[in-house]
Amino acid sequence: MKIEIGHGSGGKLTRELIEKVFLKHFDFPELKSLQDATILSAESEKIGITTDSYVIRPLFFPGGNIGKLSVCGTINDLTVSGNIPLYISVGFIIEEGTEFETLENIVKAMAETAAKSNVKIVAGDTKVVEKGKCDGVYINTTGVGKNVRTLTPLNAQEGDVIIVTGFIGDHGIAISLSREEFDIETAVLSDCAPLNSLLTPLFEIPTLRWMRDPTRGGLATVLIEFSESSGLGVKLYEEKIPIREEVRFICDMLGYDPLYLANEGKAVIVIGKEDAEKALEILKSHELGKNAEIVGEVTGDKKVQLITSIGGVRHLELLEEDPLPRIC
Amino acid sequence: MAEKRRIKVFLTGLVQGVGFRPFVYRIAKECSLTGYVLNSTIGVVIEAEGEEGNLIKFLEKLQKENPPLSRIFSLEYKFLPPAGYESFEIKESDSEGEVAVSVLPDIATCKDCLRELFDPKDRRYRYPFINCTNCGPRFTIIEKLPYDRQNTSMKSFKMCEKCYAEYTDPSNRRFHAQPNACPVCGPHVTLYTEEGKTYEGEKAIKETVRLLSEGKILAIKGLGGFHLICDATNEESVKTLRVRKRREEKPFAVMFPSLESVKLYAEVSPLEERALTSVETPIVILKRKENTDLAPSVSPDTSTVGAFLPYTPLHHIILRDFGKPIVATSCNLTDEPIMKDNEEAIRTLGDITDAVLVHNRPIVRRCDDSVVRVFSNKQVPVRRSRGFAPLPVILPFSLKRPVLAVGVHMKNTVTVAKGNRVYLSQHIGDVDNPLAESFFEEVVEDMLKLFDVEPEVVVSDAHPGYYSTKFAEKRFSDKLIKVYHHHSHVISCMAENELPIGEKVIGLSFDGTGYGVDGSIWGGEFLVAGYTEFERAFHLKYFRLPGGDRAVKEPYRVAVSVLMEAGINPSDVLNVDIKKISFISQMVEKGVNSPKTSSMGRLFDAVAAILGIRYKVSYHAQAAILLEEVALHSDSEDIYPFELERGVVDWRPIVRGIVSDFKKGVAVSDIAKKFHNTVVAFSVEVVRDIRNRTGIDRVALSGGVFQNRILSENIEEQLQKSGFTVLTHQVVPPNDAGISLGQAVYGGLIEKDS
Ligand SMILES: [Fe+3]
Ligand SMILES: [Mg+2]
Ligand SMILES: [Zn+2]
Ligand SMILES: [Zn+2]
Repeated sequence: MKIEIGHGSGGKLTRELIEKVFLKHFDFPELKSLQDATILSAESEKIGITTDSYVIRPLFFPGGNIGKLSVCGTINDLTVSGNIPLYISVGFIIEEGTEFETLENIVKAMAETAAKSNVKIVAGDTKVVEKGKCDGVYINTTGVGKNVRTLTPLNAQEGDVIIVTGFIGDHGIAISLSREEFDIETAVLSDCAPLNSLLTPLFEIPTLRWMRDPTRGGLATVLIEFSESSGLGVKLYEEKIPIREEVRFICDMLGYDPLYLANEGKAVIVIGKEDAEKALEILKSHELGKNAEIVGEVTGDKKVQLITSIGGVRHLELLEEDPLPRIC
Repeated sequence: MAEKRRIKVFLTGLVQGVGFRPFVYRIAKECSLTGYVLNSTIGVVIEAEGEEGNLIKFLEKLQKENPPLSRIFSLEYKFLPPAGYESFEIKESDSEGEVAVSVLPDIATCKDCLRELFDPKDRRYRYPFINCTNCGPRFTIIEKLPYDRQNTSMKSFKMCEKCYAEYTDPSNRRFHAQPNACPVCGPHVTLYTEEGKTYEGEKAIKETVRLLSEGKILAIKGLGGFHLICDATNEESVKTLRVRKRREEKPFAVMFPSLESVKLYAEVSPLEERALTSVETPIVILKRKENTDLAPSVSPDTSTVGAFLPYTPLHHIILRDFGKPIVATSCNLTDEPIMKDNEEAIRTLGDITDAVLVHNRPIVRRCDDSVVRVFSNKQVPVRRSRGFAPLPVILPFSLKRPVLAVGVHMKNTVTVAKGNRVYLSQHIGDVDNPLAESFFEEVVEDMLKLFDVEPEVVVSDAHPGYYSTKFAEKRFSDKLIKVYHHHSHVISCMAENELPIGEKVIGLSFDGTGYGVDGSIWGGEFLVAGYTEFERAFHLKYFRLPGGDRAVKEPYRVAVSVLMEAGINPSDVLNVDIKKISFISQMVEKGVNSPKTSSMGRLFDAVAAILGIRYKVSYHAQAAILLEEVALHSDSEDIYPFELERGVVDWRPIVRGIVSDFKKGVAVSDIAKKFHNTVVAFSVEVVRDIRNRTGIDRVALSGGVFQNRILSENIEEQLQKSGFTVLTHQVVPPNDAGISLGQAVYGGLIEKDS
């Protein structure tokens, strides 16, 4: 069965869609009222709120799909900003002709991810647009969390340590290969995962300064932005950065730099040197953090530098839109 | 009768009032040449016309037989088309007064100083800093102008009585010799060893030589930076040096004790000998002789050797004591700027070096050794740096405004220009790491200050990703104009060949990479160009570069792309892991990180890979260089088929022909030669086609590919046979190091606000 324009008209078909797909999977009491607004308790004086829209091709990729990605992304944005994620709202824009089954699989993944990470999906909306007006399914989310810590780049100090919670580049590679329909055998899956259970224990550490999930633009871009807003610099050690052999090989073939590849289940953490080992221990005790590493340090000189494995130095800069060869 | 040629010489030195012009007149007559000699504000200008052999003889005499009181500080020459002079004349000076050369290059130790250096009775016997008005450091010790001792890094040395007496005596060779010094008052050397020992003065030199003979690797301080040196006949040492410097195969330069010694190891033509023994003492790329004791690792993959002679007293002493050739390569890690400070060099102890020989005269400016190659009986600069920088290139016209040009990305130089003078900086290199980036920025500020240029226009390449472009956008946003890579290549060739404003050429720009008007990477271009405008008349058919810059380092990738384009299964030809070939094929098909290019350099790479010569390279243009080396072993005159259609050179039939020959077992050298012949053939045919349409019969050859001797010689020869005038590079390198000249001229001539 396919989604028709009528599924978004607000009539009978819409009702059918909500019941057969959304409510079937989104088993949250707050949602079931189907009122114009949901009343929630924030359990806190301060809340954190974030919003994001998910547009990704292909909708299903090795290691996840747009639904899982949207919930993880929202949870991660809340978490790295010092919040315990509580609630998520979801809005769908669906292209006419999309298979019911496709939508259902997406919704199922969202529900599972939310349940697993103790957040509730509490409000929703659906629109259907004519064929060709969008690409399959777009999802917009808003997330709300209880604010525990204020984490900003301005907290950082020279000498702080930079931690990455695991292998980088997996998501970027998985997406590139599946988007271009590369015919190669590879086990690289997107790392798409909710990070709240991994990261919220770090909120206890007083010298936790700042965290970010290095999504688009990857580790390098996130650190360049950190440097710009903190006024400090970063020294990264190439050989310390965890990268899967397979990702390394594929990057090498494609001519991509893994430092600029998107991740959907990793965090970059800046933390006081004295607490770095403790943080690492906490991270490593979690399944999602077992490959965490200290990859660098915060410096006073505003540059983002990579110390290469052969001892050279490279400045990391924002990537060109469309990098072209420069070697003559 | 042999073809006539014309030579134009610019020289500076002590040439006024010492009978220099009559001397030039006399030797011109002896060599049956016509032309003129002229004293001007830029020094002495000579034009001489006659048979090639006589012109070369003239050049030799100019250098060897000059009058006793005259001294040459610099001599740049180039061959130009004949102008039809009927007699030889001494022309009246075009204006009286001082020669307006503000900063001289560093000058190799002169004969008089050399004699004193090895005269046991002289007070400067074996003194490593002997110099006089006619020789010694200039560019590398000047902090600011005017050129006085207190404005140089000699300022901290107070002259002793004897030195001061020389310095103030107008009849003395050291009258106002700013770096004048002696063992009593001047700089001295110190050797630091890995074990933490130090040696001073003569002991330091003795120990240096002893360590050399033990096979050790040392850093020694020269004029514009430190060299890494070791015994060039000790294979173990040279190999170790490669590991420590992280330089796999790129040939090392070798400093020989004497010209006679060079001749034992390499073949030396008269023009090569002139270059070796010139005051500029560049590295000259020579054909190596077989069965010498030179360590194979000096140039493991080529049959050439980059040879040069000692040019400072310290080199002279060490080479004389050691008596054998030494590797002398710039002290740095590959791709980083040459080290110039003692602390920098001492930090290499135990890591790169076993000992470091420093001295206490600071180097103000880094300046690498220059490199030249001689072919077509012309001197072709490969790197124009020590000895040449910062002498101006003189234009036959005045620019409309002062200009700064920031060069490109690889082999960078920076240029400032005003009036008819264009000052190219020393070699900066690849602006691709933080140290090189700061060196580049330093040179920009330095050139502006040194030549007191307030640029109205700043010119960069159009490539958005070059560091130089980004720097210019930030630092000079309001004055910045951009010029396309290949246009600047062609302009630089036009300018050094003194083409008048308004003239047009058919410009062949063959190189590896250059951002084009359509956003693709150009590099096999036939332009119709003037100084301020161009049109792309013909180019190589596009192919994809799978992996972008990665494809440049791994030519087999380009081979995959080119073979696919030619309808050949890459795995039938290339001996590469099928998994990789499949991956790269898919990148090409899907266009993933595979920009389009028309690059001639990459086509050479692809052919080298197809022939199994090189799948990966360890230095720039290695595959193409090796393809040329292989081709030199064949005298095939055959060509492969090609197609020219609507402005595009279709190379696919060439690739199919190559693969078919390769599979038949035709010798790789013959295939390589045939490929060269084919490039020559289609180039000539395209140029003729353009002449038919435009009536232009003047061709400029530029771009790094024209460092390929087979290609350059044959294209030039065949074009001349077809009645073309051919302009080639003799003053600035054909490679990207020459581009800032073209940029500057463009910026100085373009109509603004148009
Ligand atoms: Fe170029
Ligand atoms: Mg977000
Ligand atoms: Zn001298
Ligand atoms: Zn003295």
